[in-house]
Amino acid sequence: MGARAPRRHPAGDAALTTEAAPPETPPSAPLLPDVARTASLDGAEILFPQRARYHEVVAAHRHAGFEMLADLTAVDYLVHHGRALPTGVAPERFELVANLLSIDQRRRVRIRLQVPESDPVVASLWDLYRGAEAMEREVYDMYGIAFTGHPDLTRILMPEDWEGHPLRKDFGVGRVPVQFKEAPGPR
Amino acid sequence: MTPDIRSALPSETSEGTQELAQRQDTAPAELEREVGAVLRIPEGAVLDASDLDVEHPDDETMIINMGPQHPSTHGVLRLMMELDGETVLRTKPIIGYLHTGMEKTGEELTFQQGSTNVTRMDYLSPLTNELVFSLATEKLLGIELPPRAVWIRMLLAELQRMSSHLMWLATNGMDVGSTTMMIFGFRERELVLAFFEKTTGVRMNHNFIRPGGTAADLPDGWEDDVEVILDNVSVRLGDYDELLTGQPIFRERMEGVGSLSAEEALALSATGPILRSTGIPWDLRRTMPYLAYDQVEFDVIIGTYGDNFDRYAIRLNEIRESIRILEQVLDNMPPGDYRVQDKKVTPPPRARIDESMEALIHHFKIFTEGFKVPEGEVYVAVESPRGELGCYLVSDGSSKPYRMHIRAPSFVNLQSLPVMMHGGLVADAVATISSVDPVMGEVDR
Repeated sequence: MGARAPRRHPAGDAALTTEAAPPETPPSAPLLPDVARTASLDGAEILFPQRARYHEVVAAHRHAGFEMLADLTAVDYLVHHGRALPTGVAPERFELVANLLSIDQRRRVRIRLQVPESDPVVASLWDLYRGAEAMEREVYDMYGIAFTGHPDLTRILMPEDWEGHPLRKDFGVGRVPVQFKEAPGPR
Repeated sequence: MTPDIRSALPSETSEGTQELAQRQDTAPAELEREVGAVLRIPEGAVLDASDLDVEHPDDETMIINMGPQHPSTHGVLRLMMELDGETVLRTKPIIGYLHTGMEKTGEELTFQQGSTNVTRMDYLSPLTNELVFSLATEKLLGIELPPRAVWIRMLLAELQRMSSHLMWLATNGMDVGSTTMMIFGFRERELVLAFFEKTTGVRMNHNFIRPGGTAADLPDGWEDDVEVILDNVSVRLGDYDELLTGQPIFRERMEGVGSLSAEEALALSATGPILRSTGIPWDLRRTMPYLAYDQVEFDVIIGTYGDNFDRYAIRLNEIRESIRILEQVLDNMPPGDYRVQDKKVTPPPRARIDESMEALIHHFKIFTEGFKVPEGEVYVAVESPRGELGCYLVSDGSSKPYRMHIRAPSFVNLQSLPVMMHGGLVADAVATISSVDPVMGEVDR
């Protein structure tokens, strides 16, 4: 049994009330106005930074009150051409999708980063959000996108000796043979 | 001469790099986690990595393995812990033993079939998974649900939260040595599951909440059934209080154990009862309302210390809040349709199929091809009993999701386990694992 010392919220007792204050008006001046952006169906703002500025864009949000990296995933756009992207953003095969969440402003921002197939390497967010650790490992495992600066970039869900990255679109779905019918080839 | 048995044994049992490595083989950045340095890096005050090895030389610590078949790890969770005597220094959860590629499967199934897939992820709250998938699909479709469908979903989601928390109370009681609590928790959960069986036909993996509404209306007399559940559970919550909350042994084992600060919880992306136990009033039902949660009254339960006892108290009291919500749902359930009357999404009623050829064709088309969903991408999150359950859906305009990603709260919450366990006793590890409430089906997907 350890000492039961209270760990206070940085905002003090005001933050501890259950009847939370109404959401503040979103800041009028958008962060980093030079980054291409669109609005999403779910009300979140979507940013499309260049790969070189990805880490900087996330860091700017981290310091502007986006305390949490809610989710990080990727999409393989191998067989889905012509998706809607703002002008100036060149589509690449992979897209990394990071969902940032601001608890104070009750706002979400989604960052969609184009990652080319020939060089699937992205800066890790681990130094900004420690919660990125498992999520980046999952993306690495499933898509083969490597993260520089990640402390422990190993497969997380698949066995270590697995070949290939299962969520890539060119990775076939396995079939199991059943009686009187051998396993057909992947779809 | 007896043969040396050692030569027959594999000399190296290590599976490799996913395991917890010895100190000298570990990156300094990863070692920093041991000192609870979750927050140091953003400020730029990097810990001097050479200091780390001084305190615990390798020959004084021991790396032990726990799981994946350990009964108290709630499924196939495997933990490797570095111990100094009885004190836990480093912990590494090793997961993937239940990985079945459900996100890949989701890309092979139509939107119509998708809820049968996601419901199997978090098997302790299947309806919540169906809910988030359906909400995401409906957002892409741009359809508005009739009020009764919304309220039925809310009724089921809250009953699900109740059954999930009751199950947690049961297993947590078991983990700290109270067999009585296990029997109690399962007994009350059974009431809820019986209602689910009556409503949806099955106890788990319901596939009841579907894009466009629910599969069926509530059964006749559902109000009485729900009232019986609420009356029983609210009385028995008092029993739990008597059995556990005030009991000195239980409190000794829970208070001050596995504590986490608010900054750490945020940095580690922890949500749900773990985040709330640190004092941050973040509950998506209140802060980013979905369904009709902005029309019902309830409190967001938060803790102060971020320890195991706070997480216990939060879950116990969230059942009380669920009862409050359910009472309001009973009073305010609107009449009307339980699914949207959009011919694109909803199959025709069974009776129409017998008399109309068009209805038969329509029914056939929906169940063979599914309905097409406009191109786009969307992220929708709901508050599952374990935290923020998100669904990221990408559609390319066909009837199957191009990408279906589930942001599983247990998967992300597991990352806070090493921080909670650091400096604690190995005997408390079981209680701490339990307080994270991981569901391995959801962790591994």
